Amino acid sequence: MAVDWQTFWLTLQLAATVSALLLLFGLPIAYWIAFSRWRWKFLVEAVVALPIVLPPTVLGFYVLVALGPRSPLGRWWTGLTGHTLAFTFTGLVIGSILYSLPFAVQPFAASFAGVDRKLIAASATLGASQLRTFLRVIAPLSIPGLVTGAALSFAHTMGEFGVVLMVGGNIPGVTRTVSIDIYDRVQATDYAGANQTAMVLLVLCFVLLTLVYGLNRKAWMIHPVK
Amino acid sequence: MSSTRVPAQEVDSPPSVPATGSASLRGQFRKQIVAQGQEFVLEVAFEVSSGFTILFGPSGAGKTTLLDCIAGLTKPDSGTISIGERVLFDSSRSVDVASSKRRAGYVFQDLALFPHMTVEQNVAYGLQHLPHAERTRRTGLILDTFRIGHLARRNAREISGGERQRTALARALVTDPEVLLLDEPLAALDAAAKARIIDDLREWNRAHQIPNLYVTHSREEVFALGERVLVLDAGRIVAQGTPHEVMAAPQQETVAQLVGFENAFDAVVEAVRPERGTMMCRVEGDGGPLALETPLVRGGVGTLLRVGIRAGDILLATSPPVGLSARNVIPGRIKSLEQRDVIVSARVKCRVEMEVHLTLAARDSLQLEAGKEVWLVIKTHSCHLMQRSTD
Repeated sequence: MAVDWQTFWLTLQLAATVSALLLLFGLPIAYWIAFSRWRWKFLVEAVVALPIVLPPTVLGFYVLVALGPRSPLGRWWTGLTGHTLAFTFTGLVIGSILYSLPFAVQPFAASFAGVDRKLIAASATLGASQLRTFLRVIAPLSIPGLVTGAALSFAHTMGEFGVVLMVGGNIPGVTRTVSIDIYDRVQATDYAGANQTAMVLLVLCFVLLTLVYGLNRKAWMIHPVK
Repeated sequence: MSSTRVPAQEVDSPPSVPATGSASLRGQFRKQIVAQGQEFVLEVAFEVSSGFTILFGPSGAGKTTLLDCIAGLTKPDSGTISIGERVLFDSSRSVDVASSKRRAGYVFQDLALFPHMTVEQNVAYGLQHLPHAERTRRTGLILDTFRIGHLARRNAREISGGERQRTALARALVTDPEVLLLDEPLAALDAAAKARIIDDLREWNRAHQIPNLYVTHSREEVFALGERVLVLDAGRIVAQGTPHEVMAAPQQETVAQLVGFENAFDAVVEAVRPERGTMMCRVEGDGGPLALETPLVRGGVGTLLRVGIRAGDILLATSPPVGLSARNVIPGRIKSLEQRDVIVSARVKCRVEMEVHLTLAARDSLQLEAGKEVWLVIKTHSCHLMQRSTD
């Protein structure tokens, strides 16, 4: 059996959705982490960084429990839509967002914190609100960090395995991603198919990251040199 | 000493400065500062009316923090700040107007131009509330006033130091602020460029009449710009008045250190002569006591003072001078001569050792050299008296 393009399409959809949503939700979290002076802020930073060190199965397990029919969230969702969140694409998106959160929020927060505070002060004395200062000064000067965060969360979601297996299962066209597909093929001793699929994923990820870093040379220079 | 100089313990109440056209800036607040590892308290009371007021002091005195408190970028621990009737900050009534609503123009030390915008976009930044046409008109106008109209489309990173300074000034002034805060904005410029910007800034001020608080540690800028000077040292206003009063006759040792007297000696009041408006002070030197006739200040015989004499205020004569108004004629001998750029610094031994500054021409026409016998001539009013620091 040749490469299953449906799983690639599904994986790309998942990664794109997750990085788009992380761009949306990650920005306010990163802004808060970069500028809050709350003394317990480090607790929030630790929680955000947790998915980096946690085994994906642990994270996946708790997400599964939280989405399942015995949790308040699962019950609320089932009451609303008539079906459970677990083993659906939406459930997969939720799990992936949590799993990739640090890969978006940390570059965002680092680049926000790297913006010269004097520029932010200047914007305020010129009458700009906090939102306007963010949109006109902080965000434009953080573009390398924003691109890095979006690219990393995209790539990270492309390659995830444990969380998908726990939350999504293995439903073709719904939750079967490329990494699951490869695992299945190896289990079924279809090494040729596994190899082809793995090679396509490898090349795809390489091309993607090359494009991002090529167009965004300063991506890793998160703290601007002053 | 003239009555306009205010002793340190009396400066807590703002001086009564006649109000001119616009509202004056008043502040009375305290703030704990931790800077460069050391902790001190900024505790000030001041009133700044329209025109230029210089905030002068050594680095680390709290000048920038004082401006930040006015602009709302830093919150004082207690006190009040107001522009005319408008209260910006009042700790007792929990008033703390956001910096974006204070209408305080601020030109930062490093200018803080937005690096991703053009000169024009930088200047127009504070005018977002205006319709597009009005915004363009005002921006164009101020760009021309500050002679940077031709740079409008250039990126802020691509222009020269002087042009950046002008852009920062235009950006702050185009918003019609009620007070202008300038934190050493011209520090990086050469004298000629500085003078041109100062002229343009003065021109703008004639038309707008707002209080300007201008931070510097340069003596030249104090005299070039200032109508009034506040001297800040270690968080306190230690002197205030016109540049001439504050800079020429400092009352306090800290000010003397700032303005750099080359000659400063401990002295004791030996005799007071109110009928002549002078007193005699004794300076103990290695070669015995030296008597100096100085201006009259408060304090009787036995008061401990410090005498400061500028090296440029001392005359040198090669024969005993006669028929002079100067009260102090002191014989001595030249110990060494040293040329520094276009002045000659002579060290003269006369019981104490004094530094005297001369021109190259004076050295040559008097044929001065080490070992030559000379007479030092010092006017009474060239002897500046300060309280001796007791700690």
